[in-house]
Amino acid sequence: MAVEVRIPTILRPFTGGEKAVPADGATLGEVVASLDTNYPGIGERLLEDGQLRRFVNVYVNDEDVRFLDGLATPLKETDSITILPAVAGGSITRTLGL
Amino acid sequence: MRYDSLLQSVGNTPLVGLPRLSPSPEVRLWAKLEDRNPTGSVKDRAALKMIEVAERDGLIKPGDTLLEPTSGNTGISLAMVARQRGYRLICVMPENTSPERSQVLRMWGAEIIPSPAAGGSNEAVRVAKGLAAENPDWYMLYQYGNAANALAHYEGTGPEIFADLPTVTHFVAGLGTTGTLMGAGRYLREKNPDVQIVAAEPRYGELVYGLRNLDEGFVPELYDASVLTTRFSVGPRDAVRRTRELLDQEGIFAGISTGAILHAALGMANKALEAGQRADIAFIVCDGGWKYLSTGAYEGSVDEAEDALEGQLWA
Repeated sequence: MAVEVRIPTILRPFTGGEKAVPADGATLGEVVASLDTNYPGIGERLLEDGQLRRFVNVYVNDEDVRFLDGLATPLKETDSITILPAVAGGSITRTLGL
Repeated sequence: MRYDSLLQSVGNTPLVGLPRLSPSPEVRLWAKLEDRNPTGSVKDRAALKMIEVAERDGLIKPGDTLLEPTSGNTGISLAMVARQRGYRLICVMPENTSPERSQVLRMWGAEIIPSPAAGGSNEAVRVAKGLAAENPDWYMLYQYGNAANALAHYEGTGPEIFADLPTVTHFVAGLGTTGTLMGAGRYLREKNPDVQIVAAEPRYGELVYGLRNLDEGFVPELYDASVLTTRFSVGPRDAVRRTRELLDQEGIFAGISTGAILHAALGMANKALEAGQRADIAFIVCDGGWKYLSTGAYEGSVDEAEDALEGQLWA
């Protein structure tokens, strides 16, 4: 099942500059795995020890997944996913390890 | 309705139904019109309560100088209260906020110290904390950490909504100082443990945040994540789209941050609809659109408005 994922500027080098890319998965975790297959290395920027990195925010239809089911959040076809570096907590570049 | 003075008329705002934007007769939206407060925003509640409590506690007295980091509305509210009670007010304000805001502030007698645009409200807080340290006789009310801010909503906004809408299932407000959500949220949850407290946070472009290192993250001291059921991050495009829908369909001319709140409210409404659940969703209309006309949010296409808002603090 395909969903649209919006990519922040800082991660666009992985997606060839694309602002939004399609990805597959019935959960957020599957979508991140799908992204990493298509854009090798991007998964490591988002996850640490199998969890979302502390300074990475992910939204499903603008809702913070930390208040949903995290990586287990179920997705449906029309959902839109937004990845953003958290502003609080330090440099955006350092946060995403770039 | 008659009051002895303007300050007495703060609060007790109307709660109006939105028959066109509500998705069904079972899933209803209700707008709490905080633009009906004396200076036209929800911030009158916190400003009045913070000054009242500080006076009561003997921390300030008329003639003193008050200092506050504010991107506009709180400053305007404080200026109104300060003028009537005899205080001098200095506001630290990001330089990229709309010109109407600084004009209105000066009109009400406040002095303005600009803070750098990059870094937004966080930077204004940092600058104000520095000024407070250098000027020990200035008193900073500090809306981000002042319990009286949340108290204003615990004693006012929350009870008013519950009295008007005892069947309330959701309360949606903006996440800035977090005072509205913490205060009204706690009150409503005491009345109904199942009530959903929903935050709408403005999402700015990278021009506002900049790519510079914001040395320390900033989370308002008032913030307690356990009060929230969920949290939305709303970009300028959706905020503008919803602000216009509120005007087109329900005749309510609100500021852009209200559009972001409505976006979150509609997100919860759709979930209730899909789940086949009844919902009465109350949300805050923070202020009217007047102060934001120069931002370009109300003219042209949504695309043009989105471009115009890039780099501006719109909430």
